[in-house]
Amino acid sequence: MSINNRTQYLSKTVSNLKPSGIRRFFDLAANMEGVISLGVGEPDFVTSWAVREACILSLEQGHTSYTANAGLIELRKEISSYLNRTFSVDYSPTTEILVTVGASQALDLALRAIIDPGDEIIIVEPTFVSYGPLVTLAGGVPVPIHTNSEDEFKLKPEQIEKVVTSRTKAIIICSPNNPTGSVLTKEELVEISKIIKKHNLLVISDEIYAELSYDQKYTSFASIDGMFDQTILISGFSKGFAMTGWRLGFVCAPTELLQAMLKIHQYAMMCAPTMAQFAAIEALKGGMQDVENMKKSYRQRRNYFINSLTEIGLTCYSPGGAFYAFPSIEKSGMSSEQFAEALLLEERVAVVPGNVFGESGEGFVRASYASSIEHLQEAIKRMKRFMEKHS
Amino acid sequence: MTFNEIEVEILGLIEKDSRLPIETIAKMVNKSTDEVTEIIRKFEDLKVIVEYNTIVNWRKVDGHEGVTAMIDVKVTPKRGVGFDEIAERIYRYPEVKSVYLMSGAYDLSVVIEGRSMSEVGNFVSEKLSTLDSVLSTTTHFVMKKYKHDGTIFDYGEDDKRIVVSP
Repeated sequence: MSINNRTQYLSKTVSNLKPSGIRRFFDLAANMEGVISLGVGEPDFVTSWAVREACILSLEQGHTSYTANAGLIELRKEISSYLNRTFSVDYSPTTEILVTVGASQALDLALRAIIDPGDEIIIVEPTFVSYGPLVTLAGGVPVPIHTNSEDEFKLKPEQIEKVVTSRTKAIIICSPNNPTGSVLTKEELVEISKIIKKHNLLVISDEIYAELSYDQKYTSFASIDGMFDQTILISGFSKGFAMTGWRLGFVCAPTELLQAMLKIHQYAMMCAPTMAQFAAIEALKGGMQDVENMKKSYRQRRNYFINSLTEIGLTCYSPGGAFYAFPSIEKSGMSSEQFAEALLLEERVAVVPGNVFGESGEGFVRASYASSIEHLQEAIKRMKRFMEKHS
Repeated sequence: MTFNEIEVEILGLIEKDSRLPIETIAKMVNKSTDEVTEIIRKFEDLKVIVEYNTIVNWRKVDGHEGVTAMIDVKVTPKRGVGFDEIAERIYRYPEVKSVYLMSGAYDLSVVIEGRSMSEVGNFVSEKLSTLDSVLSTTTHFVMKKYKHDGTIFDYGEDDKRIVVSP
């Protein structure tokens, strides 16, 4: 059978979907020796020992069967109390919380639960690479808003107003943001909530980096006055608790919305991995000090990294959260792709070209500072040499 | 003594890695190098920073492996000076690495390092046990050091992450 004959079986939606631009960079960097990778979208910490130990214990005790579709009730109770004490939001463990396979699945569930064919979902660029494709796969139409570095890549309420149509159903907001590290303040969220109210939109609030907000107390969108009914809150254990490989997230929403997502989840996934759920209980019960320690270390490394980038001519606003710097590469006179490729080949430092995150990311690169300070110092040394050569 | 948050933060950074360049520390805490130098000097003057040490794994140096022993010491405290006087008489010996006053079954915990078991044995029988206030000693030899002052020996947890991810 020829390739053409084989692809005839594929859905048009999937055939037309572009593969992630990150993939190409991965292939390029994966086989090189001596690379310092700042291209990593996950913590450099290994999950804390007490959490790993809790997982091992659950296996020893033979907890190897399915859990309830929504997840272990003990875990949902812990999530409920954690969200309440940390972000002052109130979700019922029995009807408003669903444990998912990473925040990614939560996002997919939320989109599939709300989208009718042709519905528009607003996406803020530069954007996490999955939002657009997941909207498309759910039958919706992603509508981008472009933010810029002068505004520290923050979404402005009037930008929403400009793209809203009668088909607009929701907007995805990610703060602290991947890839820009930018954090929306409470005041900014309140301003945004007015437009949300006015147009009766739903907010899918991706709060996966909520624990990693360095300069201000984090505000959850669901905690903004009047927004509970119009928010789907998505978070998980990957970033704050350094548990990416466990694939464990959760979604919280008012009962009617959550039960709709649960319906999809019970058919498509059954439940999240049982052993990971046991680990997550320990993470919430006993792991908060580790989260604090990691956060402190990220903040120190952020300060070092941003100060150093600025010094070598890669100007960068100070990102308030997550673990990404998103410096301008204007001085090099290169495109994002050229810059990232040349930096990798000449100096063996891997960063992700900004255009991978949408048009408005062109002229920037994403560099993760979730690396040891020794690695960051070496990376800066190499990048300095690179900038001296190319500006 | 009370110190501000940045000062305490600098202390924490140096405790973990005393060779961290001043320029790096300055950037990590958003201060100038002069300010950081000044803060560190203050800590040194006040003996908050007592010394800069290196953790050496002597087991890897042939002929210098050495032995470490932890000795539980029961003593009679003296009126007026309590345990302080006898503790001082013990910690003045250079082979004594640390001395702690303990709660529980014995009074002083003494850590000794020597070149050989017999050297440590001689110290205990000839110097420590013969002190007037010492009632008894129990010596435990360290057979292997896994973790010392927060540092795991032979710890090779390399980065297992894929090089580029979303």
